[in-house]
Amino acid sequence: MIAAPLSLQLINLFAAVILLLAFAMLAQRRVLALVNLFALQGLALCLSTLVVAATSGQAHLYGSAALTLALKVVLLPWILHRLVRKLQVKADVEGLVNIPATMLIGVALVIVAFNVALPISQMASTIGRGTLGIALASVMLAFLMMIIRTKAIPQVIGFLAMENGLFLAATSATYGMPMVVELGIALDVLVGVIILGVFFFQIRDQFDSLDIRHLEKLKER
Amino acid sequence: MDALVLTLAIPLASGLLLALFGERGWAPRLNLAASLGTFLAAALLTVEVVAGGPRFAFGEAFFIDSMNVFFVALTAFVGLTTSIFSGPYMRNERSHGRLTAARLRLYKSMFQLFMFTMLAALTTNNLGILWVAMEAATLTTVLLVSLYRTPASLEAAWKYFILCGVGIAQALFGTILLYFAAERVLGETGNALLWTHLVSVRGQLEPVVMALSFIFLLVGYGTKVGLAPLHNWLPDAHAEGPTPVSAVLSGLLLNVALYAILRVKVLADGATAPGFAGDLMMGFGLLTLLLAAFFLSRQKDIKRLFAYSSIEHMGLITFAFGMGGPVANFAGLLHMSMHSLTKSAIFFAVGHAAQKCGTQAMEDIRGLMRINPVIGWGLMLGTLAILGLPPFGVFASEFMILTHAMKHHPWATPVLLLALGVAFAAIFGKVQPMVFGDTHARRLPHAPAITPVFVHLALVLMLGLWMPPYLVRWFEEAARMLG
Repeated sequence: MIAAPLSLQLINLFAAVILLLAFAMLAQRRVLALVNLFALQGLALCLSTLVVAATSGQAHLYGSAALTLALKVVLLPWILHRLVRKLQVKADVEGLVNIPATMLIGVALVIVAFNVALPISQMASTIGRGTLGIALASVMLAFLMMIIRTKAIPQVIGFLAMENGLFLAATSATYGMPMVVELGIALDVLVGVIILGVFFFQIRDQFDSLDIRHLEKLKER
Repeated sequence: MDALVLTLAIPLASGLLLALFGERGWAPRLNLAASLGTFLAAALLTVEVVAGGPRFAFGEAFFIDSMNVFFVALTAFVGLTTSIFSGPYMRNERSHGRLTAARLRLYKSMFQLFMFTMLAALTTNNLGILWVAMEAATLTTVLLVSLYRTPASLEAAWKYFILCGVGIAQALFGTILLYFAAERVLGETGNALLWTHLVSVRGQLEPVVMALSFIFLLVGYGTKVGLAPLHNWLPDAHAEGPTPVSAVLSGLLLNVALYAILRVKVLADGATAPGFAGDLMMGFGLLTLLLAAFFLSRQKDIKRLFAYSSIEHMGLITFAFGMGGPVANFAGLLHMSMHSLTKSAIFFAVGHAAQKCGTQAMEDIRGLMRINPVIGWGLMLGTLAILGLPPFGVFASEFMILTHAMKHHPWATPVLLLALGVAFAAIFGKVQPMVFGDTHARRLPHAPAITPVFVHLALVLMLGLWMPPYLVRWFEEAARMLG
């Protein structure tokens, strides 16, 4: 077997780190640590995009990497930190499912994701095509996190982590979307977090808590 | 100036202005003037496109053809009537102490920005930008759904954000897959997400990837259309938000999300096995229709009732487009416009009725005919129209869908008839005592704007009896384009 070039090894390494962080977020109960993990995942994503940009010579990928750095490593974690401090959210309580069970479900999801991604990554000609499975897996893990968490902020971090996974999918399958689209997506994410920040204060004023189990009154009877 | 630029710039600029100065005395008039301006610009654009054929704008960034110009005109029209309706309605809400001046500013600003995102989603040629605009439409309406800041409205807004967020994330993955398929054919230029380029090479797109992509896009945008099983946000958001927001959510947002699916379906039809995309849509449509019809009879809140009716009609329309072919597509487009007009008219009437009686609970709304015969008739006629009674336009489109289904997909006919029958019984049985019956209700401080209700219903009635020939041609052209 021929040794893979360094760049490919790096891309795979960063993808593995992203997946590992997705699992770490799934297990992490403390909100501030969760924000930090999210920032780290953004950093890994940014580095992997940089390596892809350097090896493939796709100039616009440098732009995407810079955008990721600014938005997901600096700006969003900063906003989330402020929110957590202002709202005085301390520790997260136990989710709906305990941690070992969550991890097992997560492993099953990763296997499913790899099988779904396999035919597509075989068709791709990009350097990072092997990481498409990882990208889909991190989307699904983030989705799982949204389902099992009962507090508002971890749910939103799950939502943002899902966007990280989608971004990885875009870079590994197609060298990223056109720049105008990426800018638009970044704007949406930013505005979304700001609106949610406003919204969190509304929820807390109304319920004195950010536990979304208060938000289960509207049901079909 | 260019009509398209005006159509997009007016709502954007007025939305930003209203965000800054929305508490001034002239703000309601600016809101109304902006909606009127948008409508006039859209009408001008429609005339241009009908006369001059499809055209691009700003290079190839925007593309207007007979299909989306029809939605642009409809969106701008319902936006205008909703602004007319919302003036007195919101003043009443303020007099009743449910809203403050700051919230009204938020409402007016977000309403205009919402119109902008809808119109941008309709006119863009780039499927990536379409996604961005759809997500922006969710963001602008989240704070509108929670405008009353009641526990229930916050819950509804949260559910709306999370469910639509999950849906829209799936649509993004679908868009990435689509781009992946397109890039192999069109190369790594920026054109690979432009619909006009995609449609010219749709036969060469990789079938497996396109099939996966269509599934993700259908489920993703389908969440916003209100397709089962991700329809749960819709009744809550409609019931807990202010009525003008319910009217535009039902009348416009659902249509635009369905429009996105239709654009992608054209591409998927060219690449995948014949009938693949259509069968999926028929399945989702029937499931949605049936589910919504059976939930209708269990509703106690008047706005939830009509929200479920929207889900039901969206299911029917999705089914019609799933059948495909010129006749079914024609019927689908007609039904979309009829549903838009009728349902927003109903929400206008319902809004005033709920204000009069001070409640949305149907058992406490009684005797509208005595309190205010105009509102009573508005609600009754609107209900008859939405239930598909002749001579209203909904009858014509439902009849076309039914006969086409009987001819080409006879197995579906009993399901369709059952669902429509159940829906008829449920809605009529609940509206009848609300309109006729005894009452004790108060007077409203501001006279309600009831004209929009009857303008909409008159249009629906006219289109049921007679369609202007240019409209028929326009529908036919759009239907042919859908394949």
